[in-house]
Amino acid sequence: MLTGTDERKRVLLAVGSFLLPLFVWCLVSYVPFIWHPKVEVTVPGGIDYFQVGMLVDKPQFDDEVAYAREQNLALPAGKPANPIYLPAPHEVAQAFYTGFTKMPVQKDAPWLHESLWHSIQIIFWGFLISSIIGVPLGILAGTYASFGRLTEPFIEFFRYLPAPAFGALAVAVLGIYDGPKIAIIVIGTLFQQVLIVANTTRKLEVTIVEAARTLGTRGVKLLTKVVVPGILPDLYRDQRILLGWAWTYLIVAELIGTSSGITFYITQQARYQNFDNVYAAIMIIGIIGFGTDLILARFGRRLFPWDRSQDRR
Amino acid sequence: MNDQNLPSYLDQSEAVRARFDRINQRETILEVRGLGKRYRSPQGETEALRGIDFSVRRREFVCVIGPSGCGKSTLIRILAGLEDHTSGDVLLDGKPVTGPGQDRGMVFQGYSLFPWLTVKKNVMFGPQMNGRSHDEAERDARTWLELVGLDKFADAYPHQLSGGMRQRVAIARALVNQPRILLMDEPFGALDAQTRSKMQSHLIDIWKNIDVTVLFITHDLDEAIYLADRILVLKAHPGEVQEVIEVSVPRPRSPGQFNSSEFRATKARLEELIHPAPEPLPEDEQAVKPHMIRFTDVHDNVE
Repeated sequence: MLTGTDERKRVLLAVGSFLLPLFVWCLVSYVPFIWHPKVEVTVPGGIDYFQVGMLVDKPQFDDEVAYAREQNLALPAGKPANPIYLPAPHEVAQAFYTGFTKMPVQKDAPWLHESLWHSIQIIFWGFLISSIIGVPLGILAGTYASFGRLTEPFIEFFRYLPAPAFGALAVAVLGIYDGPKIAIIVIGTLFQQVLIVANTTRKLEVTIVEAARTLGTRGVKLLTKVVVPGILPDLYRDQRILLGWAWTYLIVAELIGTSSGITFYITQQARYQNFDNVYAAIMIIGIIGFGTDLILARFGRRLFPWDRSQDRR
Repeated sequence: MNDQNLPSYLDQSEAVRARFDRINQRETILEVRGLGKRYRSPQGETEALRGIDFSVRRREFVCVIGPSGCGKSTLIRILAGLEDHTSGDVLLDGKPVTGPGQDRGMVFQGYSLFPWLTVKKNVMFGPQMNGRSHDEAERDARTWLELVGLDKFADAYPHQLSGGMRQRVAIARALVNQPRILLMDEPFGALDAQTRSKMQSHLIDIWKNIDVTVLFITHDLDEAIYLADRILVLKAHPGEVQEVIEVSVPRPRSPGQFNSSEFRATKARLEELIHPAPEPLPEDEQAVKPHMIRFTDVHDNVE
């Protein structure tokens, strides 16, 4: 049992685990003498190719200053800066905000939330299709030993085939739009799902099934009234973990056929060197993933009040 | 204790003998004939049970006792229909047993309650599986929960109950199906001594008031003598019936009888059967020889 102070300490540490990396990021971004390998030119001086706002490597800048001094030219000036691919926290925060509020600079470019919504739909359908096939298959394989032996070796083999390798095939079969993307997520998730669910099913206490049998439970009812409710809390946890895996396949999946969704947004923004937007987009994936997991975990506690293993978390 | 002065465990008082005569006139509920069980293991074929013969009369309380590895759990699992036997017959009311059924209730040692169901729903489970309506099942469950004294906990989940309470629910859940025989596989083995003795008295009360026959497995000699009419003593490797003892301790039983001469005589006999002269330890046990080294001050003695 956690006491009040333990609980407060735990929350504090959890917040700290986020603040710590943010603090490091701030240090690197805002303290001029930490890292900052570049110089941002503020006064071009006599160096003809320097422009205001230009990023130059520090040694090169020093060389040019020495050269200008030697030639008695106007001295250039600059301030330490980080490379363009490392925007400061406030820039990313700004991009995060403008991503939802300001028209994209490029014509036809999707809004951040449009890209995101598209990605969420892909994940939803991919995970749903995978679960509709994978969960029952896993439960059957875990319950009936012979069914497990018939299916699992092949699934075990198939799960080593990298899902992205099926990209070209998926495009050939399902076209270039959302079909192949959903297929990649299904291929990436399904086979792991069957094995994990089968394993969870096998871990169900044998005594519980035997008790049900001595009470007169037989056949399908043993599955629907005992096995399924018995594994439900663990199955729910498995699904949460698998949903995380589905997100990792998303980025690869969205590059297949016509690039779309959050991946298209990220590659597009990276091409125009809007790295603040890139970071904002990557982070929002994290926020959505982590957020849904937190909500699902809380929801699970409501759903399964008898589940003891949750008390320990 | 001066065990020399004990009567023979076979001596029965008039009342006890008359009781056994009455029991023997009742019909046979369970009959086991020449039961054997072999199974293949990595070490080759093992014979778990060989030629087990016994029968249980209606409303008799039979305990099965034996050293570990004597196959007493295998025996009760075969009777419950959870395992197959390789030879012989198991007849319940004259009909061979094939697979589990509601005519045999079982209480397990471990916690076998369904954790996702409340206490009441756990008890309702059996009737509902056997086609009773929700209302009927609920009515029955209430009755049986009252009988085991847990009507106040009807809506609690099993994890909120103590070990003894859980086993009470397990008993109610088995009895609600009104089985011909209640099979109990060391049901109180995991309970502390105090709870255990309470549960034993409670079980006797239930058995007295309900038309049910009990086959009870235990490794606790006192428990067996306290509860049983007859004790089936098994020996190990392979599991065979060594002796069937008619317990001469008169009924009604009470914890005060633990020191009676009949009780001690029976216990002495059981100890003789179950813990005979010490045999050499198995090899892997022999390999463990602690070599004691003194780590404390020589003068710092605790004894």
